Amino acid sequence: MKNFMLIFRGPSPADLNWTPEQGQANMQKWFNWIGELSAKGHYVGGDPLVPEGKIVKGKKPVATDGPFAEGKELLGGYIIVKAESLAAATELAFGFPDFDINGSVEVREVMKIPMHP
Amino acid sequence: MSSGGGQSTQQLVDHLFRHEAGKMIAVLTRIFGIHNLELVEDTVQETFLKALQVWKFNAVPDNPGAWLMQVARNRTIDLIRRQHKLADISSELQLRLQSDAENTIHQFFLDTEIADSQLRMIFTCCHPALSPEDQVALTLKTVSGFGIQEIARALVSNDAAIQKRIYRAKEYIRTNHVQFEIPSGVALAQRLEVVYTVLYLLFNEGYSSMKADELIRYDLCEEAMRLCKLLTEHKVGAQPSSFALLALMCFQASRFDSRIGEAGTIILLQDQDRSKWDKDLIALGYHFLNQSSTGNHLSVYHIESAIAAEHCLAPDFASTNWDALLRLYNYLLERKPIPIVQLNRSVILAKTDGVGVAIDTILDIPGIRELLNRHYIYAAVLGDLYAQAGNSAESRRLLEKAYELTPSLAEKKLLQDKLAAIR
Repeated sequence: MKNFMLIFRGPSPADLNWTPEQGQANMQKWFNWIGELSAKGHYVGGDPLVPEGKIVKGKKPVATDGPFAEGKELLGGYIIVKAESLAAATELAFGFPDFDINGSVEVREVMKIPMHP
Repeated sequence: MSSGGGQSTQQLVDHLFRHEAGKMIAVLTRIFGIHNLELVEDTVQETFLKALQVWKFNAVPDNPGAWLMQVARNRTIDLIRRQHKLADISSELQLRLQSDAENTIHQFFLDTEIADSQLRMIFTCCHPALSPEDQVALTLKTVSGFGIQEIARALVSNDAAIQKRIYRAKEYIRTNHVQFEIPSGVALAQRLEVVYTVLYLLFNEGYSSMKADELIRYDLCEEAMRLCKLLTEHKVGAQPSSFALLALMCFQASRFDSRIGEAGTIILLQDQDRSKWDKDLIALGYHFLNQSSTGNHLSVYHIESAIAAEHCLAPDFASTNWDALLRLYNYLLERKPIPIVQLNRSVILAKTDGVGVAIDTILDIPGIRELLNRHYIYAAVLGDLYAQAGNSAESRRLLEKAYELTPSLAEKKLLQDKLAAIR
């Protein structure tokens, strides 16, 4: 088994202007997905990211407010899952609840750095 | 990294967010004032966003409602602190005021005070200067936590129209400095009547409207009952009429599912499978009806719940006690001398005094010509009675008129079946 990081992008929840009922419905979809990943032993852990942040870049680096307004693709959080292969991890990503609101998942294997070469 | 291995799938209580939204809006309005409703709604929205982010990853707190309340409370204290920093006063006084304010805010978040604030909100939404449509829309938005689209769906309207109603109501409240309070004395009794009317409207909109989809109609009935129950649980609202209205809703709701057949067809009272009526709701209805029988005021809700109870008592349609029902309708007509009550009473008259008497009674309703041309229900009922009396021509004419008037497909189907039976 290897560890994979599932990285979530999508619109900022604040822009969706959900009603309480819609918010609850979306949350339930997340519970169902994460619950299923847990029950099947895939789920290792994960964290959401606070929407506001800073970006530091440039040859003479400056800090600007980010993520940016074009942030329909805001980085929202990640989870780590255990899976046999990239294909198997990708299969798990199909359960992601936010495809209907233009969310996306990037699936990446977490590299193990060997202690002894 | 937070981990959540081995946990089972989380499940929130149905409509938790809606209900908590109503509570938070009420409490925050008590703190910031009704003129700050926008700020209040934004703060509540922020609270939900935070919950959404944190809880998603399987980290739901043990008591989600309390968690939400706490986030809202902290945010409130934050906002108040910022306000105070702006004030041009000594830092000592600032500190004093701040700790006083924070103590008061903590008080407002206690359960009993939450219920009190919610009642204030209900009373404010039902301000008699607002039109009934505006009262209903504002109540659904601020007390029930419905969104604009959901209200539009429930009331079979469109988003823009609902938005306008809510805007108009809020503007009235702001410009006329409507107080966020529970009225007292005579004003309380008067305001309670408006509250009953709004809750009754909400319930009926859900129960009778064949236009909206079933899910949202069910939500409306459930919500009307929840608010009515809230009313009965508060010392100010625990009046006999409140219990009578709640009893009426329970009896009606017990038949919710048995009224609709496969493919959304209407099943009439006489054809309903009474074993499908919800026994628990009927028992609750009797329980509240009992609690309503104190004092010497007999409200229309007492009479209407007694009528609904009478139907629930009969094991089948044939054994309905029509004489008892007629007596109740006579009472109701005295209190509520309106055409629709006369129409419903005539249906009972057909059973006790014969179809001829029933038809004559309907034809005697003031303005009946106009009603028959405008509202399908009059044409449908009278057409039905003519069919029973063997007058096929008149029956067909009226049922066809009703068919033309009703916007509901289910009603049309029912009328079609009746027309087919005449031919």
